[in-house]
Amino acid sequence: MSSPALEIGALAAARNVVARDLLLAFRRPGDWLQPLAFFVIVTMLFPLALNSEPSVLRTIAPGALWVALLLASVLALDFLYREDGHDGTLEQFALSGQPFAVLLLAKTATHWLLTGLPLAIVGPLAAVSLGAPGGSMPGVLGSVLLGSVSLSLLGSIGAGLTLGLRRGGALLSLLLLPLLIPTLIFGARATQLAILGDSAAQPLYLLGALAILSLTLAPLAAATAVRISLE
Amino acid sequence: MAWTWLHRFGSPPHFYRVAGKLIPWFAWPAAVLIAVGLVWGLVIAPPDALQSDAYRVIYVHVPNAWLSLMAYTVMAVAAGVGLIWRIKVGHAVAVAIAPVGAMFTAVALVTGMLWGEPTWGTWWVWDPRLVFELVLLFFFMGYSALRGAIEDPDRADRASALLAIVGVVNVPLVHYSVVIWRSVHQGSTVFRSGGPAMPASMLWPLLVAALGYTFFFGAILLLRARAEVLNRERSGSWLAQLAED
Amino acid sequence: MADFLHMSGYAFYVWTSYALAVGALLLSVWRARRNLARARVAARRRVAMKGGQ
Repeated sequence: MSSPALEIGALAAARNVVARDLLLAFRRPGDWLQPLAFFVIVTMLFPLALNSEPSVLRTIAPGALWVALLLASVLALDFLYREDGHDGTLEQFALSGQPFAVLLLAKTATHWLLTGLPLAIVGPLAAVSLGAPGGSMPGVLGSVLLGSVSLSLLGSIGAGLTLGLRRGGALLSLLLLPLLIPTLIFGARATQLAILGDSAAQPLYLLGALAILSLTLAPLAAATAVRISLE
Repeated sequence: MAWTWLHRFGSPPHFYRVAGKLIPWFAWPAAVLIAVGLVWGLVIAPPDALQSDAYRVIYVHVPNAWLSLMAYTVMAVAAGVGLIWRIKVGHAVAVAIAPVGAMFTAVALVTGMLWGEPTWGTWWVWDPRLVFELVLLFFFMGYSALRGAIEDPDRADRASALLAIVGVVNVPLVHYSVVIWRSVHQGSTVFRSGGPAMPASMLWPLLVAALGYTFFFGAILLLRARAEVLNRERSGSWLAQLAED
Repeated sequence: MADFLHMSGYAFYVWTSYALAVGALLLSVWRARRNLARARVAARRRVAMKGGQ
């Protein structure tokens, strides 16, 4: 007698996870709205703290944008596994017989839809507020969108390692930010080229390579991390 | 055949005893080679055409840099052995290495700064190789930080092991960063396809010092790992025997 | 001798580096040995406590 959880295929199980997470997210809008607000606030701090002259702002815009993006992404990771870790759902997933990595990837993908994607959409607007020309918006959008994929995937590993720990958020930043540096470097470079109006092809290719690499390796690492934390 | 060897070495009492016997074999060569290498580099090696005596910093900077990478790799491998084959001694070795690796990295960074200021004119530059070496320091610290934050010893072992393994990508990044990006930091002068680009009179003391540091790493690793293995042993009857040690 | 210590003007950089490196080596040896000594004391204590039960 096969367990009910196995009566559907892995893909259907993944779809169920996505649907459930989206439903839960709309009941707790604070979870995914706060990182967005945080991103906007941090971006705002730069012109306030530094010279707000347009030419200066335009120079620091890529860096400021990406620092804010990284910090907001790490902040957002808090709700990736938190609730399901507390109420035992993650354990159910692990015991369900479905491929654990697939289920967690479904959660990470949904999390990205709720955090990475909105941040990518707001990104170009933030860039414009920092003096970027309107025509650079598509380029900025592309670079942030592509980079956010790696940020979410690598973030899921860190979130798995620090699941349920008391000062997990601070520790997560310490562990994750070094890992995110290559994404930061290529992403900021791509955004900078977009703002300058040049071709950002090279860093975008590198961002794409990072995204593919993360997509191949991160789910397995994240699943291992969560299993370790659940024992 | 090799697996029985690994599993025997994985037994804590065996490891403790063998490590104790091995330490002098690492410690004495280390002391001699480091002393010889450093004195050779300070006194006998000729001054550089461009940097005159400032270049002599390399005899401490380079061995520490190389050892920081080696230490991290060995730590990741040991942690991996602990994670994948559940051999606890692996975790003990990894724990033993973390502070030592951090030390190598910190000394490499600081001596690098002391070399950079007279030769490049600046203490620090946001250069790929320097940044990734700094990231290496953060990974060593992160390994210890994650351990400290987790109460359950098994979870602490396994979580930090995964972190160590994930961070190992940084090691080739440090080495190849001078190849991939144009860098202020000079390119590889020793590990290159055409052979070392340094004159022999300068290269030899460097190799001697580096070899000495490698032996030193082995000695310190065994010393610290013995203590760690001891601390982890809660019951083991072999502890009673060791009271005579 | 004075020339040697002077290191053609780079004395500060060279000598500080060497002092730091050697100091770090000695410190790590000292700490590792102290670590092991403490571990042995603790282990002996554990054995003694078990024997006393």
